[in-house]
Amino acid sequence: MTYAWLIPALPAASFIILLFLGKRFGKWSHFVSVGAILSAFAISSFILYQVIGGRGSEVLIPWLSIGELDLNVGILIDRLTAVMLMVVTSVASLVQIYSVGYMKEDRRYHWYFACLSLFTAAMLMLVLSANYVQMYASWELVGLCSYLLIGFWFEKKAAADAAKKAFVTTRIGDVGFLLGLVVLYYAVGNLDVGSVLAARLAPAVATAASLLLFLGAMGKSAQFPLHVWLPDAMEGPTPVSALIHAATMVAAGVYLVARSYPIFAASGVAMDVVAGIGAVTALMAATIALVQRDIKRILAYSTISQLGLMMIGLGVGAYSAAVFHLTTHAFFKALLFLGAGSVIHSAHTQDIFEMGGLAKKMKGTAFTFAVGGLALAGFPGLSGFWSKEGILTAAFVKGAYPVFAAALLTSLLTAFYVGRLYFVVFTGSMRKNMQAKVHESPLAMVAPLAVLAFPAGLVGLIGSPLFGNAFQGFLRLGESGEHVNLMVMGLSIAVALAGLGFAWIKYSTGLLPSGLIKTSNPFFLLLKNKYYLDEIYTRGLVAPVVGGSRALFSFDSGVVDGAVNGTAWLTSKAGDLVRRAQRGQIQDYGLVMVLGIIVLIFWMLTFARL
Amino acid sequence: MEGFPILTAIIFLPVLGIALVMALPKERHAAIRWTALAVALLDLALGAALVALFKTGAMNFIERFDWIASAGISYHLGLDGISMPLFVLALLLSVVAVVASWSITERVRSYFALLLLLEVGMLGVFAALDFVLFYVFWELVLIPMFFLIGIWGSARREYAAIKFFIYTLLGSVLMLVGIISLYFAAGIGSFDILKLQGVVLAREVQIVIFAAFFLGFAVKVPIFPFHTWLPDAHVEAPTAGSVLLAGVLLKMGGYGFIRIALPILPKAFHYYRPAIAGLAIVSIIYGAALALAQKDLKKLIAYSSVSHMGYVMLGIAAAATASLNGAVLQMVSHGLITGMLFLLVGYIYERTHTRQIAELGGLSTAVPKLAGLFGFAALASLGLPGMSGFVAEFLVVLGSYKAYIWLSILAASAVVLTAGYLLWTVQRVNFESLPAKFKGLPDASLREIASVAPLATATLAIGLYPLPLLAAINPAVGGIMKMVGG
Repeated sequence: MTYAWLIPALPAASFIILLFLGKRFGKWSHFVSVGAILSAFAISSFILYQVIGGRGSEVLIPWLSIGELDLNVGILIDRLTAVMLMVVTSVASLVQIYSVGYMKEDRRYHWYFACLSLFTAAMLMLVLSANYVQMYASWELVGLCSYLLIGFWFEKKAAADAAKKAFVTTRIGDVGFLLGLVVLYYAVGNLDVGSVLAARLAPAVATAASLLLFLGAMGKSAQFPLHVWLPDAMEGPTPVSALIHAATMVAAGVYLVARSYPIFAASGVAMDVVAGIGAVTALMAATIALVQRDIKRILAYSTISQLGLMMIGLGVGAYSAAVFHLTTHAFFKALLFLGAGSVIHSAHTQDIFEMGGLAKKMKGTAFTFAVGGLALAGFPGLSGFWSKEGILTAAFVKGAYPVFAAALLTSLLTAFYVGRLYFVVFTGSMRKNMQAKVHESPLAMVAPLAVLAFPAGLVGLIGSPLFGNAFQGFLRLGESGEHVNLMVMGLSIAVALAGLGFAWIKYSTGLLPSGLIKTSNPFFLLLKNKYYLDEIYTRGLVAPVVGGSRALFSFDSGVVDGAVNGTAWLTSKAGDLVRRAQRGQIQDYGLVMVLGIIVLIFWMLTFARL
Repeated sequence: MEGFPILTAIIFLPVLGIALVMALPKERHAAIRWTALAVALLDLALGAALVALFKTGAMNFIERFDWIASAGISYHLGLDGISMPLFVLALLLSVVAVVASWSITERVRSYFALLLLLEVGMLGVFAALDFVLFYVFWELVLIPMFFLIGIWGSARREYAAIKFFIYTLLGSVLMLVGIISLYFAAGIGSFDILKLQGVVLAREVQIVIFAAFFLGFAVKVPIFPFHTWLPDAHVEAPTAGSVLLAGVLLKMGGYGFIRIALPILPKAFHYYRPAIAGLAIVSIIYGAALALAQKDLKKLIAYSSVSHMGYVMLGIAAAATASLNGAVLQMVSHGLITGMLFLLVGYIYERTHTRQIAELGGLSTAVPKLAGLFGFAALASLGLPGMSGFVAEFLVVLGSYKAYIWLSILAASAVVLTAGYLLWTVQRVNFESLPAKFKGLPDASLREIASVAPLATATLAIGLYPLPLLAAINPAVGGIMKMVGG
């Protein structure tokens, strides 16, 4: 599988070509970019085929060597890699094709595709990394691309703010990641993924390393309390939200934990922390999603919530179920974002309460959105149902009841907000001002929706009992086989239907009075304001740091430099006293300098006893 | 090549350049510039030959003969894996400085003569292996820089130039005191640095002499609290002056620690280590915090230099193989990256006539290439992997973890602050709306791009594949490690 390096290299080449020649390619830029990613998809498919045939590989070449520290770079292909390659290349291909239509009018069209190519290259390098430092480097590079693409419309202050916020917030987590590598290096002696995972770590080391790595995962995968950047990241173009901030990059944190699973599994504390943070995140984000009005922000909170669910899965030991949910989520959430993009493209608003009845004019979008929404809501038989099931069952079987309860409640809330989103946007009557402008999006956008609807709805079947849990069996890592727990399944079906049903009654039938929850209700305000976390961070963290730095600057100018200038002033005054006739500054300085030398030499001779 | 004094040739080639420049009529600006550029380029080409001939693990290109034999002063030059990268950095940045000075129109002949004189001093410092020679070159650097700031600087140039001169002169005089004390204390009648590395002095003697060297080097680096000359000097210096000041002159301090203070005074080093490490971490965080508070772009980069050079000092204080390699690499990397930043700020200033961050904005719309390069340099400065700064800082953090775990954690955490002030700056300079008066500004010219491109390329090359450069640095660091001991 020596050709695997081509998978990231092709999009990287596309980036370089578009960076230097993008202006010339102009409106044809996407040919370079889409061509590269489709080729990468083809190679990835072949690799998956070979891995299913039982082959994996690890190639390492030296990258840095200073005797006691040797770092390699390389390519590691195993089952997890093969799955991730398929997820990334397939979603990236469809998103890029979709972007041809969505970004058609943009004046930085070539730069958009250059950034997408660089992102894809870095993301593929991330999942192929055979060394943790290489993984960290790719991790930072996808963060860079996220920064560039969130701030793609950088003329807008909100976009520039969001880009910076995303980078700095995730960097807090990255400090943990980096220190985790330092801990692992001193414990293992190198940072090759294979050696690190094979090493037997002392429990304390495993706990320290995994918690530090998890800090990185929390930043990237938007886990509480580092999740605040992801909703703001919706300032980026919608296809970017689909690819980077829903399907792939934000899942990198989950991937990191999955990749490092043996380290986490060696520490009970770390596993509990992962499950606990996942549960808090899942529930918190789902509650916020209930009351948001912006279609993209609802989906963003949903992503945070679902990433929390994946963390729960990893934390309760359901490794393969968590990766399975990562996979299904990538497809149905990308579909939902692309569908949202189609809606925004047509309605020119992101406020769902300004929409309504769009299904009549946008049949393709509405249908595919429904598929994605039902898959997310855990509608029986669709993708999300099967993958969520594995996580819920594992939590239940392990006896982690608080976590199980949080996950189940999250599922209920998810079904409700998905229903609310769909019914408010697509059913009911259309507003007058919408009637003239609403239209179905161009084929380049609708076709990817249609293609994506298949995996979004059905990919879960691979991991269902109907197919003998083949997906989990492929990935299984020291877990017992799947047991269908009929009670859990029953509960799961019940909450999905209840949530959807209640949303239908509330938003589609008009049976309930509209003022049921007052907008002055404190709990409603708490959710609407996202638990006031942004305010807390701004006032409690950012403002003190900026204010403190200004105070420190006054100290520097006044005290530190003041001492320097004060000495100079004193010197000059002393010079005045000694030689009033000559008050040139240079001479004064010189005089004191010579005096100083004499004193110093005297001091040296005395104390050093030469 | 055997026997050809190639180091002497490279160090003193700019003197020939000075003669040529001074021979030209002073109003022939173009001829003067091109002559200076040709000389600097030729010197760099000779430097490339050095790289090709360089053998790792030894002192290369040694030239040695008695100068003032009665006092044990010799003309002794040579390069090893620590000095070689800095020597080449000085050659490269000198070319870049000449290219960046194309827009100088005032007293052009003196300007380029001084720039070339500066090059002589910088090259000499890194190649000298005799204390007297080292000191001569060290002071030689001071004079042209003083005039470059004092004559071609901006509004408060005289204050800044004198402050720079006095402050660093004070430092170097202390170093001279250290040198003379060392000469007498060692009692071998030689100023030869390599010979003195072999002399074991009593611990108390070392501690006293180290203090003198420490102050001399600490001012140059600069380490907190000896840094206040730097922001003033940078703000007032012309672009090329800032590039060389930050890119090369600051490295003389770090180099002095590694070449002189550690191997000759190892016992004193161990005595002062905690203090140096402490000041290093203060510099890292204090510099970053102050950068956050700046309103002037050049001052911001000056304070970021204090922060980044703090990693060099932490790497030295930790005295582990990885951290010392990281320290040397960080010096090279910081020279490249800060060189880029000062060039770009200079080019932005030439267009907008302001360095006030609040007055800028939207440059990505008006001058996308220039703004893109500025963004690139900022990302390099915040330690993005794939660029040299990441490798260096990672080595420092990793290497200092054993000796100073908490300082290592603090140093790793400081990157959040660094990302904060750099991205905030990029936002305020490149993004958001473009002030109306900046519409129609010309984008980066070919000359400007040509001045940044080599630095950007080197930053990427080292960041993507650090193996070859570290293969040169590491054996020399190993030699220092042996002399420092545990």
